[in-house]
This record gives sequence, C-alpha cells and structure tokens, in this order.
Amino acid sequence: MQLARVIGTVVATVKNDSLHGRKLLVVQTLDRNLESIGKPMVAVDAVGAGVGELVFWCRGKEASFPFKREDTPTDCTIIGIVDSEQHVQR
Amino acid sequence: MYSVEVEMILARVIGNVVATQKNHRYDNARVMLCQQITPEGDETSYSTLALDSVDAGVGDTVLIVQEGWSASTAATGQAGAAIDSAIVGVVDRIDLL
Repeated sequence: MQLARVIGTVVATVKNDSLHGRKLLVVQTLDRNLESIGKPMVAVDAVGAGVGELVFWCRGKEASFPFKREDTPTDCTIIGIVDSEQHVQR
Repeated sequence: MYSVEVEMILARVIGNVVATQKNHRYDNARVMLCQQITPEGDETSYSTLALDSVDAGVGDTVLIVQEGWSASTAATGQAGAAIDSAIVGVVDRIDLL
C-alpha cells in the first residue's frame, strides 16, 4: 500500500461491464514526506474518496478484493482515506 | 519509487497512518508507514504502508511480506482482503558475514 493524493477524476463511458458504477480517480503517489513520487496513475475507488483527499491504495490482484473479485479488472484500488495530513505521524 | 517489489523486505517503522474511512477488512488494524532499509541499516528510497500483525512500534526494524495472500492472512487471519503488504516480524538482529 502507498500514500497518494487524489488529483483528478476519469470519465469513461465505454468500459468493462464490471466497472459500471465504479469511480475512477487519478492519484499521485506520495513518499514519507508527502512529496510526489513517480507518475500519476488511475485507481478504482472503494471508499468514496474525492479530489484533493489524502488516501492510500492497494496494488495487484488484491486490488479487486473489495469488489466482485473474480471479474473486476483493477490492479490499483483506493482502500482508505487518511483523516488529515496530521494523521500521518512520523 | 513505488515500483512493484515482490520480495520480503527489511524496513524500519517510521510512523503510522490514521484513516477512519477505510475498507472494512482493515478494521482494528494498524497501518504503519515503513522505510525500506539495507541489511546494513541504511535507508533506501522505497517507503510503503504495511498492516501490523506483530505489535511493531516506531523505530523497530521489521520484516515485511509483500504478497497478497500472505499479507492478508497474517494481518487479518483470513485470506482475501485488499492488503498487499504486512509486517510479519520484528527483527532482533541481522548477522552478516
């Protein structure tokens, strides 16, 4: 899992049936100091996150587990919203 | 970088993350912020979040498994949760040749 900031949304009308009703968000992964690292990527939302929020995501096959797992095509899913920047204690 | 690291890694616990709104399988779990270290103890550039299954604390050197089935089983007692890394041990010492 990695910390990330939600920086945008993705609208896709034509998509896999299993993704209907799912929210696609653009996330920028952050390092321990909450600074950007790597390129932005698209994640499926599983917790009701919105633009600007600090979240964390899960990668790989596990990313489909919050949904109907056998047929939800995702390898990056937002699985938590961090309460605030002060709630990343370090 | 956040490039996919699929092996077990050594890391130092550097903090924790509080999230009220999260996947229900994370309830009662502690999400720890960890920085990978080399066997010599130097920090690398890779940091990750991991669920704690062994009561690790900030400053501890820990062993992190980065594979879904193992991580989910270790952290929640059951496979099938959206968890890709978990702390599975607190390292007492590392002996190198």
